[in-house]
Amino acid sequence: MSHDEHKLPFWRKYIFSIDHKVIGIQYGITALLFLLLGFCLMLMMRWQLAFPAKPMPWIGGFFGDALMPGGIMLPEFYNQLGTMHGTIMIFLGVVPLGVGAFGNYFVPLQIGAPDMAFPKLNMMSYWVYFVGGVIMLASFFLPQGAAQSGWTAYPPLSDIAPAGQTWWLFGMVFLITSSLLGSVNFLVTIIQLRADGLSFFRLPFFVWAQFVTSFLLLLAFPPLEAAGVLQLMDRLAGTSFFLPSGLVVSGEILQVSGGGNPLLWQHLFWFLAHPEVYVLILPAMGIVAEIMACNTRKPIYGYKSMVYSVIFLGFMSFIVWAHHMYLVGMSTEMSAFFQVTTMIISIPSVIILTSLMLSLWGGSIRFNTPMLFAIAFLPMFGIGGLTGLPLGLAASDIHLHDTYYVIGHFHYVVAPGTIFALFAGIYYWFPKMTGRKMSEILGKIHFWFSFIFINGVFMPMFSMGLAGVSRRLWDPTQYAHAQPTQPLNVFISISAWCLALSQIPFIINFFGSIFWGEKVDTNPWQATTLEWATPSPPPHGNFETVPTVYRGPYEYSVPGREKDFHPQHESGS
Amino acid sequence: MEKYYGWGLPFNASVGGEKIDQLIYIFHGFMAVLFVGWFIFLIIVLFRFRARPGHKANYHLKHFKAPSYIEVAVALFEVVLLVGFAFPIMHQYRNVPPARNESVEIRVVAEQFAWNIHYPGPDGLFGKTDVNLVKVGNAIGLDPTDPAALDDITTINQLHVPVNKPVIVRLSSKDVIHSFSLPVMRVKQDTIPGQEIPVWFTAGKTGKFEIACAQFCGLAHYRMRGFFTVEEQTEFDTWLAKQVKP
Repeated sequence: MSHDEHKLPFWRKYIFSIDHKVIGIQYGITALLFLLLGFCLMLMMRWQLAFPAKPMPWIGGFFGDALMPGGIMLPEFYNQLGTMHGTIMIFLGVVPLGVGAFGNYFVPLQIGAPDMAFPKLNMMSYWVYFVGGVIMLASFFLPQGAAQSGWTAYPPLSDIAPAGQTWWLFGMVFLITSSLLGSVNFLVTIIQLRADGLSFFRLPFFVWAQFVTSFLLLLAFPPLEAAGVLQLMDRLAGTSFFLPSGLVVSGEILQVSGGGNPLLWQHLFWFLAHPEVYVLILPAMGIVAEIMACNTRKPIYGYKSMVYSVIFLGFMSFIVWAHHMYLVGMSTEMSAFFQVTTMIISIPSVIILTSLMLSLWGGSIRFNTPMLFAIAFLPMFGIGGLTGLPLGLAASDIHLHDTYYVIGHFHYVVAPGTIFALFAGIYYWFPKMTGRKMSEILGKIHFWFSFIFINGVFMPMFSMGLAGVSRRLWDPTQYAHAQPTQPLNVFISISAWCLALSQIPFIINFFGSIFWGEKVDTNPWQATTLEWATPSPPPHGNFETVPTVYRGPYEYSVPGREKDFHPQHESGS
Repeated sequence: MEKYYGWGLPFNASVGGEKIDQLIYIFHGFMAVLFVGWFIFLIIVLFRFRARPGHKANYHLKHFKAPSYIEVAVALFEVVLLVGFAFPIMHQYRNVPPARNESVEIRVVAEQFAWNIHYPGPDGLFGKTDVNLVKVGNAIGLDPTDPAALDDITTINQLHVPVNKPVIVRLSSKDVIHSFSLPVMRVKQDTIPGQEIPVWFTAGKTGKFEIACAQFCGLAHYRMRGFFTVEEQTEFDTWLAKQVKP
């Protein structure tokens, strides 16, 4: 491997780079921008939900008569915003940030490797993701706009939707391909490039989480890629994999070959989309474990049982998918199977959460910004997990299915759960990536306001869901049973806009600290894992001398030692 | 008028729906106990083990027995919920249809964005339908040459059922997937194009309620609202007699 990166021209060094750290930062910046965009789409929707069919002040005028005549959001535009919010947040925001950015940057560092196993594949993975993102964005400018059939893209609705859906499918094919390239690379890197002495049970939990995540991506995405291609064929080549014969749309018989089944899509889709939940959450758990070990100054409680739990979670996540489909008319035998697996999968999640919680016991807890976000992850993910239980049993799901309860549930897992953990990761690893620390004051302002308002956004949704309010309603006040909860919609929207304002300190902190942050040395948090054994930021090739590993990842406060941390690469007992 | 809707579960007008409510309440009680327990533990730990001068972290992990017991208790509780509640409710919900001669049988054909309600009429037989016959005024494509179709009754968005009598609804869709939801009956079932799926329920209280579409079905999903009326048998018969036959 060549280390003469300095002689490379600018575009090879910073744009078409094969250095995992540059690629990780590219992923990170792109994903953060997409997260911001996806968040903005939702902020627009929140106006319509709080004040249905009222002109949106000021901003509404920018979108023209095709989308928002007189500033009033059209249902077709609302549906595009909803569909693209989901797609962007999951496939272009959270996964690329958790896996593409943090995984890429820190897995090689934490295992003591000079780079990923296949640097060029790594570069390709980023650029394929980038193209997928551009296709998704470009679809907003089509005459009939972006995809509007929901992020789940259920046929027949998606089969007969306007052209935005075709672009969505092409975009998805690129994004899936990117994830597949990335996951192969992670697996080979983690198996092959670990430093001397770094056995599997000495791996930081974050690396374990990325390892299992990569397996999930590798095995779960191909069915969706196949399904996406089938849906493309339905739309472009006149096939009808997902269309039965004899459909009548708007009074006209749909001329298709027929004989298909719309439920085929749902099975293929959820075969990916349930493991995808763990693709979102596992890297977050990994980040939280790293930060908690470092900031409690003691080893993680039950490291091995956490590792076994995460592996078990990975396996189980492949056999729970149809719990998203209890109401399609499946037999009780089939739903019984999926209810049992769903209850079983809750066990390892509880083990991981309990271990993280018990890790605090006996510690000397430093409440810095990354730690605050990491601690907040625990109760937030707890709420997300617990509210999954009534959805996991078919009987209680009858009433709650496709209501705001579901939205509240999975957002607690992904937003105040995963995204808080990702924020924790940014604050924790920013010094390593830039050589400067982020401001603690701005960080704490960001944390406390975000924590309050994000609960203001999602907590009322459980009440709306119990009241039976359906998802994806352009105007929720049409239904008598939804009208009493309309004040909650106003409350949620105001909380969401305040949540947006709460991100301003983060944005200022992020860019300001690159230039003016407090300078740090190699190991500002006094942490033990290998990424802290190399300068901040690490040079090309990562380590000045190849590290050897002598012990487990979380040797903090070892009795009889002067320092309260014992890095993995330091020799001696 | 009685207050049907609020910030929690809607009014339950069904016979048997209270079992689903009970399960939902048990779940939330269980969740509250676990969450409050965890949360109190978290707050105590964060205070007790905060970094401060003279306080050191303990390398040796205290071995906790409680989590294993709690874990087993949670698992057992889940088994109880599955076997004691979820399986029996679903068995009733999907496998035990009421006798056809004692119940009212209705077809509901969903389309973007309306509910076509199809009653068999006095003969108790649904007339044949054919997609080629679908036109304005005959939304479900009822075949006028079929003798069974002559006394059939169709309405748009008006579902009336008698109180205290089992109702079987045979659900289908003309175009995309919808979901037939009667919040006050604790009934929800996707309508899948190409399939006919039955659901059944018994209304225990009279009143004027709603049919909601729970599955995203396109532009006007938000107003795919039907009217659902539960009335005494005599009122139901009178209403049915007044409906125009196709």
